[in-house]
Amino acid sequence: MSDPDPRVPADPREFNREQARRIEQQVTLHYRFAAGKYASRFFAALRDEGKILASRDRQGNVMMPPRPVCGLSGLPMDEWVEVGPGGVLAGCTIVYVPFIDPMTGVQRPVPYGFGLVRLDGADTSIYHLLDETDPQRIGVGKRVEAVFKPVQERTGSLADIRHFRLLD
Amino acid sequence: MKSLDAVRTAVVAVGQTEHGRRLDASMAELAREAIDRALDSKGLTLEDIDAVVAGNMEMFEGIYLVDQLFVGALGALGKPLYKLNTGGTVGASTALACYHLVASGRHERVLGVGFQKQSDGSTQAAITTVGDPVWERAVMAGAIGNFASMASTYIAESGVTPEQAAKVAVLARRNACLNPYAHLRMPDITVEEVLESEMLAYPIHRLDMCPSSDGAAAIVMASEDVAGEIADQPAWVHAVATVHDQQYMGDSPKRLAVMRSLRGAAAKAYSIAGIDYPLRQLDVAEVYEPASYALLAMCENLGFCAMGDGGRLIDDGVITMEGQLPVNPSGGVLATNPVGATAMIRVVEAASQVMGLAGEHQIPDVKLALATGYGGNAWTDIIILGRQRPRR
Repeated sequence: MSDPDPRVPADPREFNREQARRIEQQVTLHYRFAAGKYASRFFAALRDEGKILASRDRQGNVMMPPRPVCGLSGLPMDEWVEVGPGGVLAGCTIVYVPFIDPMTGVQRPVPYGFGLVRLDGADTSIYHLLDETDPQRIGVGKRVEAVFKPVQERTGSLADIRHFRLLD
Repeated sequence: MKSLDAVRTAVVAVGQTEHGRRLDASMAELAREAIDRALDSKGLTLEDIDAVVAGNMEMFEGIYLVDQLFVGALGALGKPLYKLNTGGTVGASTALACYHLVASGRHERVLGVGFQKQSDGSTQAAITTVGDPVWERAVMAGAIGNFASMASTYIAESGVTPEQAAKVAVLARRNACLNPYAHLRMPDITVEEVLESEMLAYPIHRLDMCPSSDGAAAIVMASEDVAGEIADQPAWVHAVATVHDQQYMGDSPKRLAVMRSLRGAAAKAYSIAGIDYPLRQLDVAEVYEPASYALLAMCENLGFCAMGDGGRLIDDGVITMEGQLPVNPSGGVLATNPVGATAMIRVVEAASQVMGLAGEHQIPDVKLALATGYGGNAWTDIIILGRQRPRR
């Protein structure tokens, strides 16, 4: 058998990186995630009523996102409470590096504000977008408020909150 | 807290690849390179190995049956082979699994290997798959956005400055110059260069972040009955600990500033190993630091200084090669980051320090070394290795 590329030696010890090949592939995958009992109710309330719901256990721990079991107490979370729409920044940044939005496959325009929001009434925080691109104007502890998309644009996703607006 | 071992256990052999952009090797070849180096270093062959544990984050390359596809390369034909994926901790989880397989009395000699070939795949696609599809992906900003937000919380708590973080970035890349396996070796890097590098996400500059690397690292763990026959100076396992926190990114109230899983794992491991004053009792630490700010926060949470005092550790030189407790003489994650191998590299480096095999970045007279693995703030692995066989 003749060697298809005489530059690639038969002896692997003589191989060097100039002879390395790469095999290119593109894989496109489609998913449909079952949201489950808690997220289904949460997203229905968000889309239809503009309400942000969290789960509470009998010790009073309030978890956002809502979930079946409290990670702190281990108790079932069988009560719903409304939290926000105001809150406090627990962490924040302005992102300059491009990131492809996993929901759309399209690169989100940079720069954009991004932070962890502790909604009023909740014991945990959620990440979301901020309507601010000046790093000097954001900060841990600053007050923010949810800005909802118009009802007809909502789909039942955390993106039904367009972003959080800085109040301070 | 009591030690769980039926059998005292030691790391008896270590090996790692040259890390970086390794277009010359396939993923399987890379894993085998580290395995061969570990075995050859002590004259072992695959016939000496009873079982294999392999660690990899499959989503980086999109190959999900590496245990089947690489069974030959991993040296596991006809043997038990356990594949793990525990995220960023996986290399350390692999070492801990090797430990449990030996310490339980099940096997005498177990091979562990962590490997990743990030240049094969898409780091962004992999990071997306670690987000909860229902709750987190709609508003993700990648690993860098997440670390930047965590850094803001840490800065608010501790007052650490961009200059102090930049000093950490400089220390890592200079230490890496003494490590022939490291990816980013930058002898002339300065604090100004870090601060002037591109802003990725405020306050994280490009040089504050770890790189994406290709690489692999391997260990052999052995029981006390055979450890001494394989290595003159084994690195004895004095303690292991794994602790998880709640699941979502926003569940830890102060993220980097107060790392509950790291604090919990450290408390357990120190208790098992009899460590009351880690700064004095440990001789070297290999800490899984994905960003400059994270190293200082992690040192605080490991009890190397008071909470909020991380900046002083770098200003006062406490964690340099010549300091009271050298941290990451290898250059750490800031210099080298093949994710599935990264925490195994911490274990390999800690073991090398105890065994006296660390070459130019050897810290003199290491009796006790600590290594950590980090998994997205939500869980931590710790292993403490020592020169002396642990007391019963």
